[in-house]
Amino acid sequence: MLLNPYFGKFGGMYVPEVLVPALLQLEKAFVDAQNDPSFQKELHDLLRTYAGRPTTMTLCRNLTSGTKTKIYLKREDLLHGGAHKTNQVIGQALLAKRMGKTRIIAETGAGQHGVATALICALLGLKCTIYMGATDAKRQMPNVFRMRLMGAEVKEVTTGVATLKEACNEALRDWAGSFENTHYMIGTAAGPHPFPTIVREYQKVIGEEAYEQILEREGKLPDAIFACVGGGSNAIGMFTKFLPTSVPLYGVEPGGLGINTDKHGATLEKGEDGIFFGAYSLNLQNRDGQIHESYSVSAGLDFPSIGPQHAYLKETGRVNYVAATDNEALEAFALLSLHEGIIPALESSHALAYALKLMRENPQKEQTFLVNLSGRGDKDIFNVYDIFKKRGIIGEDGQIDVAKINPKEDK
Amino acid sequence: MTSQRFNQMFKRLEAKHEGAFVPFATLCHPDPSTSFRILKAMIDSGADALELGLPFSDPCADGLIIQKANRRALNNGATTDLCFEVISNLRHIYEDLPISLLVYANLVVARGIDKFYQDAAEAGVDAILVPDVPVEMLDAQHNFKLAAQKAGINTILIAPPNADEKTFESIAKTCEGYTYVLSRFGITGAENEFGRHPDEFKKLKELNAPHTLLGFGISKPEHVKEALRIGADGAIVGSALVRIIEDHIDNQDEMLKAIAAKVQSLKAATLKD
Repeated sequence: MLLNPYFGKFGGMYVPEVLVPALLQLEKAFVDAQNDPSFQKELHDLLRTYAGRPTTMTLCRNLTSGTKTKIYLKREDLLHGGAHKTNQVIGQALLAKRMGKTRIIAETGAGQHGVATALICALLGLKCTIYMGATDAKRQMPNVFRMRLMGAEVKEVTTGVATLKEACNEALRDWAGSFENTHYMIGTAAGPHPFPTIVREYQKVIGEEAYEQILEREGKLPDAIFACVGGGSNAIGMFTKFLPTSVPLYGVEPGGLGINTDKHGATLEKGEDGIFFGAYSLNLQNRDGQIHESYSVSAGLDFPSIGPQHAYLKETGRVNYVAATDNEALEAFALLSLHEGIIPALESSHALAYALKLMRENPQKEQTFLVNLSGRGDKDIFNVYDIFKKRGIIGEDGQIDVAKINPKEDK
Repeated sequence: MTSQRFNQMFKRLEAKHEGAFVPFATLCHPDPSTSFRILKAMIDSGADALELGLPFSDPCADGLIIQKANRRALNNGATTDLCFEVISNLRHIYEDLPISLLVYANLVVARGIDKFYQDAAEAGVDAILVPDVPVEMLDAQHNFKLAAQKAGINTILIAPPNADEKTFESIAKTCEGYTYVLSRFGITGAENEFGRHPDEFKKLKELNAPHTLLGFGISKPEHVKEALRIGADGAIVGSALVRIIEDHIDNQDEMLKAIAAKVQSLKAATLKD
């Protein structure tokens, strides 16, 4: 191996022997490309002229009123494709071409990585197959159609509870038989080495831009940074530049119905050490090591494992890993729409929800928060409508009663 | 020295001019007591050894048939302890039978690696194959190799057709009991018959690797014959047998009869002229 596959005691490359040559080939292509100016130029040109980098940073005008907190949003929702996912698929697709692969496979939860994969495959003329849990395909239907519009084949996986975990397994199975002409484009900073490293390196542009932008606007670094954590790619992309600083970092996990119930996806808070999806990391699992099904209202965070670098950053204490419940995230989703005219992805709503929580706890404290708004929420509106309708949050007149979303006793 | 049951089996079979026939079954599938009867039927019908899979929630190297068997076993209450119990009950009856365990890495580390290998040895396991731990990772981060040595258990490795020279060498050096040779890329399953004729048997023999068993996509007596013809010392059949269990899930007597008949026909294909 050319690069260190470990993050402290976590990480590694736990795949069937048959896949090892493909991973080593990928590692070599990545290392070569990092030192190849023409590759870097093509990558940066695509990020700038196709994906729309740099993304802007927005100061919330109304959401914070009555408090002394300032909240800045890093607007990855404005990236082409609607989420940060596009950053790293461009890099991986160029690597795939460099390796002479003609077909791309990917797993997707919310469909954002699937959409990003589909769009770059359309652009670069690569064949594309997306694995998606059938449950997720239903709750993220608009994204399924977007992928198909862009020419991707979407295969719905019906095993287990049919969410992201099963999609990951199925993509690995495809790859075991197809790696000669196929690149597996993992969508998050998880999986076997070298994926956690590659994905981080292609996502760290988020934090690098944010670092410059916040200094320009505020003249100093923020008092805290928030990012949601499913597998961990937008969080590691935001955090990497800030790791050497002393800025408090918050990784917000999906608390589902509450982390003391069995319906959540708070792997870092509740997980145990183990080997799953190619790496030694933290997983939600039972005593024998059987992996549990996770739960979250947000398909993109509904994952019972976590990228190995996050497990390491939890162990060192550098990042605070916390959780926001479904209700807190749904409330943040509605509030940002109502007060700022921005509909956030349900995933990103978790990060915002935790920032709002800290803001409310200390309304008189002067503090500047930076929230990574990793994606936009268009994909979620039908699902959220159904949830609101069912719970009586939408009245007879069609108006939304935001106060009902997260009733006091839940807080 | 680790267990010699597989080595002794190959010696016995060589003397008789036979190849090895090794059926694979998912432990506790469909439930612990039926599983025991199925395995007994396999042995009594001529199986030379057993390869037994510990049910796992996420068997990423397995095709749909074995995935479903894993799921069914877990839904019916399978645990690592219960699986060891089934093995231990078999061991009491069949003292010389080589038994290999196929187990995904997380089940090993969750129990504690040393404890897992120790408990497996006590149950009567001779060899362990961890399909998601390639030879590069065998002692790099967690020491599966040392745990196996301490417990007297053979370390089984998979030799895929695409491994490079260096990997073949380290597989040959590390592997004990038998070498699991892949007939093709991909995952387990009877749908895709083995297509390529692996030429690595010669290479593995030159490198002094343990005897070879060919697996993946082998479902018929012709396949077993072909495996021996191209140089394997035996063949492993999994999905084709697991499917028989699934097809007869509501009629145990029929299931056992069908398993026995299939095992007999596959074993018969290992007799060399």
